[in-house]
Amino acid sequence: MTTLAFPRPSRRSVPVLRRQFLVWRKTAATTLLGDLLDPLIMLLALGYGLGGLLPPVEGVEYIAWLAGGLICMSALWAPTFECTFAAYTRVAVQRGWEAILNTPLVLDDVLWAELAWGTIKALKSALFIVAVVLALDIAREPTMWLIPPVLILIGLCFTAMALCFTAVARSYDFFIYYFTLGVTPMVFLSGVFFPMSELPGWLSSLLSMLPLVPAVELVRPLVLGSLPENALQHLIHLAAFTAAAIWLLGVLMRRRLLR
Amino acid sequence: MQANFFLFRVIRPNCQRTLFNGHHIYGRQATEPPEIACAAHRWDAASDRYSWRSPLSTRSVTPTRPDSGGSADLAISLKALTKRFGQQLIVDGLSFTVNRGECFGLLGPNGAGKTTTLRSLLGLTPFDAGSVAVLGHPIPQQARQARARIGLVPQQDNLDPEFSVAENLLVFGRYFGLRDADIRARIPELLAFASLTGKRDARIDELSGGMKRRLTLARALINEPDLLVLDEPSTGLDPQARHLIWSRLKALRAQGRTLLLTTHFMDEAERLCDRLIVIDNGRAIDQGAPHELIARHVEPEVVEVYGDRAQRWLASLQMPDDTRVEVNGETVFCYTRQPQPLLASLQSMQIGDGSLRFLHRPANLEDVFLRLTGRDLREDER
Repeated sequence: MTTLAFPRPSRRSVPVLRRQFLVWRKTAATTLLGDLLDPLIMLLALGYGLGGLLPPVEGVEYIAWLAGGLICMSALWAPTFECTFAAYTRVAVQRGWEAILNTPLVLDDVLWAELAWGTIKALKSALFIVAVVLALDIAREPTMWLIPPVLILIGLCFTAMALCFTAVARSYDFFIYYFTLGVTPMVFLSGVFFPMSELPGWLSSLLSMLPLVPAVELVRPLVLGSLPENALQHLIHLAAFTAAAIWLLGVLMRRRLLR
Repeated sequence: MQANFFLFRVIRPNCQRTLFNGHHIYGRQATEPPEIACAAHRWDAASDRYSWRSPLSTRSVTPTRPDSGGSADLAISLKALTKRFGQQLIVDGLSFTVNRGECFGLLGPNGAGKTTTLRSLLGLTPFDAGSVAVLGHPIPQQARQARARIGLVPQQDNLDPEFSVAENLLVFGRYFGLRDADIRARIPELLAFASLTGKRDARIDELSGGMKRRLTLARALINEPDLLVLDEPSTGLDPQARHLIWSRLKALRAQGRTLLLTTHFMDEAERLCDRLIVIDNGRAIDQGAPHELIARHVEPEVVEVYGDRAQRWLASLQMPDDTRVEVNGETVFCYTRQPQPLLASLQSMQIGDGSLRFLHRPANLEDVFLRLTGRDLREDER
């Protein structure tokens, strides 16, 4: 039990992932509605409603400019709910992870199953926005084919971050810290709804350290039909953040469950 | 031999199947002969994979893996196990062995270190010193291989409330690398064993406490374990449910499986265990067969006296030399080899208004337990 090791991925995660699918299948209709409809309404209300009143932003129509940000926000929301409240229920309330750890599976297998599951949820929600963007003819650029692989990294990053908070949570109330101090500032101040240049410089550079900024910087140009500037730098930023969060998750969860 | 060889060849392609391969399963189900579907997977420690065991083989031929440490006859070997949480010593040099095929009890008051000891055996908690081997596998190095052959009934039910009874077994079996077809073939048998056949499609929250416990026991048997570990299997159950669990545990013991159980119900331990160990503060106090412990630590007969007048009776009596008296609340316990003088005195004082009642009985394990661990309340369970 090397407590500081990076969690090792393994195919043994597959049965845990299948469990998640089986649960999801039972409640698919309601979760689909919540995951998909909320961002869709936001796109329509802000994009068409507010966008109709605004001049072009950075040279493009507001709804097209907004779409890239909302795709990223969606990839943040979906795994954040799944891997805080729902994952906490699995770990601490239902004690399902304890049951799994009594089988030949190890904690790393469960962690990678959760990471994969959160990422799948992120992909599902974000790709739905992409589909709406295509369907409403907001944008139809060939560069949009590059969005799904980038979304995998973005989804994995936000999944790992949420699970880190779950690892130290002692009650549901604890997640208020993450939502109020982490998720909400990221969503509203990371260039999803307005350009970062509108923010004071110190605030903008502070938020640029968090992973939603590089995510938006990568996805927005792809929606608008160009390749992102400094793409490699943003990818490394996201990947480093993701790796650090997964490593921390391993350390924290071992401390919680294998002491 | 010829036939076995043929069967072996038929099954052989499956031997190469790696641990988890869910996406193949539905496709294969229909094409497999039923006798193959009944075969059980076995962990192959060398290649770190599950392999097939023919359904024709019996439990007694389950191959013993190369041991690193303990003897092949030992299901569990624990030597000088020591575990600390911070400054607190939870397990303090604990040693015991469990033979294959026996039912072994781990007894102790709350906070004695029972659950921590079990978690160490399963490789779920690092320990500070000592050596542990389970079914020949050194722990923690081969904990995963050991767990593949262990069934665990935890203290707190952790059934999956999202699923029905049968789905719980299916999903749990997959964690052992079993194929869906094999698990589905085993479910009716497991449900019958747990007397839950009619509850196959029930949700978990529709089950009573006793049913949940029986389902947890059935779930622990999904991998045909050689060793069954039960952490307080009958806590919180009503007498009927408890007796049903006991009868099932006896049946499993008769099948030759090894049972390790913790309990603080002494009648349970006395009824089920071939041997047991009493621990307190993480240390072994004594171990042996229940009757040996009784003979070693307490006088063979007990007279319990209750009621308002019990204390007055005690004060009025010239207690025989070889009688030991303990008072707990308003009950007087007299441990003795010669109960006759006590009984005669009690009978002469009987006035029929219920203010003095008594019970004469043989000494039991509870007397031993209280003698060894004291009568003080334990509230410091971690």
